[in-house]
Amino acid sequence: MEWEAPGIVLETRPYGEGDLIVATFTASHGAHSGLARGGASRGRVALWQIGNLVSLRWVGRLPEQLGSLTGEMIQAIAPGAMEDAMSLGLLRAVCAVAAGALPEREPHPPSFAALLHLLPRIAANVATAGDLARFELVLLADLGYGLDLASCAVSGETEGLALVSPRTGRAVTEAAAGVWRGRMLPLPAFLRDEALPGNAADWRDGLRLTGHFLERDAFGHHHRPLPEARRHLYQMLEARLAASG
Amino acid sequence: MGGPEVERLIGLLAKLPGLGPRSARRAALKLLQQPEARMLPLATALTEAARAVRPCRLCGNLDSHDPCGICGDPNRDRTLICVVEGVGDLWAIERAGAHRGLYHVLGGTLSPLGGVGPEDLSVTPLLRRLGEGEAREVILALGATVDGAATAHWLADRLAASAVVVSRVAQGVPIGGALEVLDDGTLSTALRARRPA
Repeated sequence: MEWEAPGIVLETRPYGEGDLIVATFTASHGAHSGLARGGASRGRVALWQIGNLVSLRWVGRLPEQLGSLTGEMIQAIAPGAMEDAMSLGLLRAVCAVAAGALPEREPHPPSFAALLHLLPRIAANVATAGDLARFELVLLADLGYGLDLASCAVSGETEGLALVSPRTGRAVTEAAAGVWRGRMLPLPAFLRDEALPGNAADWRDGLRLTGHFLERDAFGHHHRPLPEARRHLYQMLEARLAASG
Repeated sequence: MGGPEVERLIGLLAKLPGLGPRSARRAALKLLQQPEARMLPLATALTEAARAVRPCRLCGNLDSHDPCGICGDPNRDRTLICVVEGVGDLWAIERAGAHRGLYHVLGGTLSPLGGVGPEDLSVTPLLRRLGEGEAREVILALGATVDGAATAHWLADRLAASAVVVSRVAQGVPIGGALEVLDDGTLSTALRARRPA
């Protein structure tokens, strides 16, 4: 058994002295791991940095085996993100979320396309935490836990949506929330309108919203918490907001 | 093959970095063929090193003296502390002879996946050393990997409140490196970090 496809490096674990177990994400094979022999060696370690887009070749005797991975660099993402703390935080968070939430060997083309769109922006240091929240919305929908942000769950209105029910994932207006307002999660406008960039407080609210559903649905079903890198990014954003007053 | 003593020797050698069972067997054979010339001196050196060598209580370097030879050297620049991931990195910088200050061995990099958190690294001793007041600059010489860079950013944040200047080692074209064979990441980093000629 073997396949070749472009893929994104999501996660690496040391294996033995110089090998790595690499978790990758491809459009056609989904999240797929393999053993990269010599992956931790001086000549290959740069290739297997998270976020990098790599031309992958997987070979296994049987399809259910771990198999071995080899690759050639298509686009180095990690070096561009390393110089900026926020970009690096975004890179680590997005890869950790994708690695933890995506089921093994199940294609998820919308998530792959969204990640492929986001990673070069991270490498160019122009991505924001809002972009991560948008990616997480796509990921949730792709995994079958999509939020309904199109209209108010109570009144059916499509304007003035400002809150989301933490139970159903459906948007509501301030007026419709009524006495339940305090229990609702804020819905920042940039998540409904691609043209709006949002600000740091909006991005924090967006990450809080998607984080709630990722933690409950995508990770909760596997009895796992949100990845440390994702929590760290949220804390970094909060700290920056607090520092800016 | 050769009895349990030989098997044990091969088994122990095979656990060393760079040696597998086959190369461990070759090394064991070489030792066994010249016990007086190779094996006994090696055994004595191993025993003496195991008894004498300890991590330096100041920087974490491995040395038979505590504080180590570097920390105890009065000619070292005590205002400069170079933070490295491991003792191997410290030895590499010493080999280059490019740093005349002191060191601090962090003992790894932050790795959520590997279960390495801030409490697992030698950060508190570093902050204590900085608090003692001699250091003016901390050079972060951590690996050019995602984990190394994340640790450097985290440390820079922690040190921001202190009075020391925090710098990082540069990344770019290696000496003798032809541009056409460099990886994309190194090339783009080198171009971004260009300086006036």
